[in-house]
Amino acid sequence: MFNAIFITEKGLKAQFLGPLDTLSAPNPNRLPSSVAREDEHLLVAAAKQGGTAAFEELINRYEDKIFRLTKNITGNHEDAEDAMQDAFLKAYSHLKDFHGDSRFYTWLVRIAANESLMRLRKRRPNQFSLDEPVEGDTDLMPRELEDWDPSPEQRYAQGELQGILADIIEKLDPEFRIVLVLRDLEELSTQETAEALGISVPAVKSRLLRARLKVREKLNRHFRRGTLN
Amino acid sequence: MNCKGVIRELSNYIDGDLEPAVKQELERHLEHCEDCTMILDQTKKSIEILCDSKPVQLASDVRSRLHAALRRKIDPGQA
Repeated sequence: MFNAIFITEKGLKAQFLGPLDTLSAPNPNRLPSSVAREDEHLLVAAAKQGGTAAFEELINRYEDKIFRLTKNITGNHEDAEDAMQDAFLKAYSHLKDFHGDSRFYTWLVRIAANESLMRLRKRRPNQFSLDEPVEGDTDLMPRELEDWDPSPEQRYAQGELQGILADIIEKLDPEFRIVLVLRDLEELSTQETAEALGISVPAVKSRLLRARLKVREKLNRHFRRGTLN
Repeated sequence: MNCKGVIRELSNYIDGDLEPAVKQELERHLEHCEDCTMILDQTKKSIEILCDSKPVQLASDVRSRLHAALRRKIDPGQA
């Protein structure tokens, strides 16, 4: 079970009726995405006042990351696109319910994770459980122990390394993959990950440990000394 | 603490989430265990690589559909 993010239905009516052309891309008034993320709260405040350009900038800033998140969780392009779209639309509709207790991005990640999980469960009912304890620790001990170069990632071009990582993540079981993605790619805290998934902190930790060990083991096949690209 | 104990606490150690006494015990083990030190270093490196990975830019058709959906949301009459 995961907690659905509480969103009131009252918020479904679009709040902002600004000019539509502010949403067209490319937008000459588009704010540079290199703006430090510290200004996020200003953009959120402007969006809450009806600033469509501000909300568009939030989308521009996070669309790549949110799509990576939904793709990593669902493992399916079509579901990932739907989950991303619905996440942004829900965030837009329910912006008034965001009170700044966390970063806007963290709030958005929670919505996107929730949307992705719903789709994954629809496609794979009863195939994974996030809240059941991970049994035993007999399989924890790493088997492949070989030296790596100090910067083994430099053997690979950026695109090639991304492909390797995407493949490794995709092949993890969903219950490990989801936790790893939220903790080590999206950099949510353990507590935030637990809240986003509606599971306990110990459940997050046990899945994260296994996921990290599996990633190390898979990377070992690419990074060990003497491995040819 | 033995190797199994270190591996069990590896993630918590990396996240700085261990009681001082347990942390000390784990570090004492690391001082003489090359295997556990190697696993720790490689796991840390793996996390670092994951954290540093940049998302691929959204395909233009996917991006267009996203923005079109938002336009419909903002003003359904114009869709």
